[in-house]
Amino acid sequence: MHPVIRTILQRLGLGLVTLFVVSLILFSSIEFLPGDFGEAVLGQAALPETVEAFRKELGLHLPMHERYFDWLGGILTGDMGNSFSGRGSSGGQDRSRPVIELLAPRLANTLFLASMAAIISVPLALFLGITAALYRNTIYDRTVNALTLTTISFPEFFVAYLLILGLSSFTKIFPSLANIDPDAVFWERVYLTALPALTLTLVIVAHMMRMTRAAIINLMASPYIEMADLKGASKSEIILRHALPNAWAPIVTVIAFNLAYLVVGVVVVEVVFVYPGVGQLMVDAVTTRDVPVVQGCAMIFAATYILLNLFADIISIITNPRLLHPR
Amino acid sequence: MSDQKKGKKGDILLEMKDIVIDGYSDDRWHEIVKGVDITLRRGEVMGLIGESGAGKSTLGLAAMGFARPGCRLTSGSIMFDGIDLMKASAEERRALRGSRIAYVAQSAAASFNPAHQLIEQTVESTVRKGIKPEEEAKSDARKLYRDLQLPNPDHIGDRYPHQVSGGQLQRVMTAMAMSPRPDLIIFDEPTTALDVTTQVEVLASMRRIVEQYNTAAIYITHDLAVVAQMADVIKVLRYGETIEDADTRSMLSDPKKEYTKSLWSVRSIEKPEDKSEDVILKVDHVDASYTGSAKVLDDVTIEVPRGDTVAIVGESGSGKSTTARAITGLLPPSKGQVLFNGKPLPPTLKERSVDQLQKIQMIYQMADTAMNPRHTVRDIIGRPLEFYLGLRGRERDQRLLELVEMIELNEDFIDRLPAELSGGQKQRICIARALAADPELIICDEVTSALDQIVQKGILELLLRLQKELGLTYIFITHDIATVKAISDQIVVMLEGRVVEQGMKSEILAPPYPDYTKLLLSSVPEMDPDWLTGLLAERAREGSATA
Repeated sequence: MHPVIRTILQRLGLGLVTLFVVSLILFSSIEFLPGDFGEAVLGQAALPETVEAFRKELGLHLPMHERYFDWLGGILTGDMGNSFSGRGSSGGQDRSRPVIELLAPRLANTLFLASMAAIISVPLALFLGITAALYRNTIYDRTVNALTLTTISFPEFFVAYLLILGLSSFTKIFPSLANIDPDAVFWERVYLTALPALTLTLVIVAHMMRMTRAAIINLMASPYIEMADLKGASKSEIILRHALPNAWAPIVTVIAFNLAYLVVGVVVVEVVFVYPGVGQLMVDAVTTRDVPVVQGCAMIFAATYILLNLFADIISIITNPRLLHPR
Repeated sequence: MSDQKKGKKGDILLEMKDIVIDGYSDDRWHEIVKGVDITLRRGEVMGLIGESGAGKSTLGLAAMGFARPGCRLTSGSIMFDGIDLMKASAEERRALRGSRIAYVAQSAAASFNPAHQLIEQTVESTVRKGIKPEEEAKSDARKLYRDLQLPNPDHIGDRYPHQVSGGQLQRVMTAMAMSPRPDLIIFDEPTTALDVTTQVEVLASMRRIVEQYNTAAIYITHDLAVVAQMADVIKVLRYGETIEDADTRSMLSDPKKEYTKSLWSVRSIEKPEDKSEDVILKVDHVDASYTGSAKVLDDVTIEVPRGDTVAIVGESGSGKSTTARAITGLLPPSKGQVLFNGKPLPPTLKERSVDQLQKIQMIYQMADTAMNPRHTVRDIIGRPLEFYLGLRGRERDQRLLELVEMIELNEDFIDRLPAELSGGQKQRICIARALAADPELIICDEVTSALDQIVQKGILELLLRLQKELGLTYIFITHDIATVKAISDQIVVMLEGRVVEQGMKSEILAPPYPDYTKLLLSSVPEMDPDWLTGLLAERAREGSATA
């Protein structure tokens, strides 16, 4: 087997182990949270018998390990259990919905927003990073650095409100609310999500741009860059042909980190724009102690991190000729 | 068309007059080249020779109209075939590089881009500058690989830099320089990083190809014997100034300046051979390997007589340094043992007593990296005095001073940091650190390889004097035969983890030789411009005789 495929399989296996450990930590830490869903729903005045009956209905009376394996087994077969909320607590009709059903449309929305932000920010960051390295220490370089640093220094909600003020309230170019409904067609979605996507872009572009610039400049002192210069290569050839191919590993790591952030860290932006994403769902579920939904969201976040880092690892490996073409 | 462009042999190609180059350090500009003239004709090879810091590389790069970051071409004129490089724009100079002037760097391993195939890099400037279309350039590159006697010339270009050896990379780099058929090639210490046996092959192929295409070249090196094989004329530089200019033969037969003579000073040390019967250390049938890999040492047996110097010689990868690691306990042998004063030493460092550690000390090749840059000389030498001898306070300082004087420095140096010392002084401090432990045996691992000839001589003389005064035993690991001749009593020749030959210096260095020893000894360049020609002719004769 080619060593690269072996390494990728190893990383994949390692990722699964990590995900398993995450599920364990997640389940047990929620278990040790103070408070109880039954009491939270029924109120402190509820009779102990009522609370007990309610817990029994939800399966909370079973020992922890049994519930854990039940839950884990469910996830492996694509069933994340049912939400706690909407249950008929005392003989009423059971209107609780499967977690998957709650999560799926929200996840689709989150991924849509994340993709939009990524499609704008990654090429932009690479372009700015490469050109800043090319024109190092010029006015251009300083301006790009200062601007991206400024946007990353403001809190997200502040950037969001500034954009709303500028692009929505005054100029009416984009809507300030991104409360898309499930039937919206593609271009309408793009239009509605423009401002949140722009906010996220401004927040993450600095990190990626600076890493691109630093990774390239870091290589500029290498003997093979001097050699390229002595071979008469132009400045842009030196950067694009000689430095960039060797700089991918650190750049991709930072890109993956930021893409993961786009999925798991955007709750503030979702709230500002009233965007129905996973972040809001999770925050709502935490306040109502809807444990299955919290667990489902958390597992999705963990899987996102692991997958994107795996992706970064793979890119690092295949851009390293020592690994791709062993002796 | 190319004949017209090339002009006639003997025309002046490059004329540099009164070149001054500044370098920036310690917050100000210093002159590093102080008014040097160079005149080079078409098809001529000039050797630029001098110690590190002489400004050779800086001058060589200036011939391309190039200054490294932190350097600037201050004044003088550089005329390359009618083009004034000092007045030319950056773009005009760039257009010449990689088409009419090419460069071969010292470390081929670091100077090739790890991300691209060798042939892509070989033809890069030829294709980009529109000298030849890609397919033609590539087939020409394969022809050059063949001319340079690279193995598998049709396919070696498809490999990546990490997949071929250093000697092969250096030849690929020569092919890369030759690909656009430049008028001038700058060779910047191209064989310094290679083993002597590899160096001979690379030198021979570089010389052949420069002659074949009638290319002018500037060959930069610190090794006069190497440059003697390559150059028609030699220029000796020191501190950025010309010391002596002459054609190669008269330079070698009749050097005018004292400094030129001193460039082969190591070769002038003579040590009377000594034969002691008392064995201080015996490496007894030792095998060793790094985790998971093949044997690096294979049944190595070496006897070291007390008070003598045993030189271990061989190419890189022959197991010289691994033997040192096995003796010091850094790498426990997988078989066999090491006997010190007749008693077996525990295999690993951890199991050895302080007393056993104290008796064997080590000095390394890179004095720079062997010292903590944040420790003063007092800390560096004081530490073994406290650790092994338990000296404190006044006693310690007294001994510290004695040691510093023993290595021919004085108390002014005691509170300096390594960065405030020259290369030779650093190595002296490392010697003092080893002496501080009051050892019986010192292992010197390539201790002079990174130093200039004159400094080397000083270090070797110091080591010999200390040996005489203190009765020390040395194991001297080196690949430099001149050093071996200067310092050793006994010689051990190693190849691929095995001892090929072992005996007194006079026996090993006199015929009859086993094949490998002969190859190693005959590969050491001699101060004779006909040495390489003679050697190649002899090897060709033997080759055809055995075939």
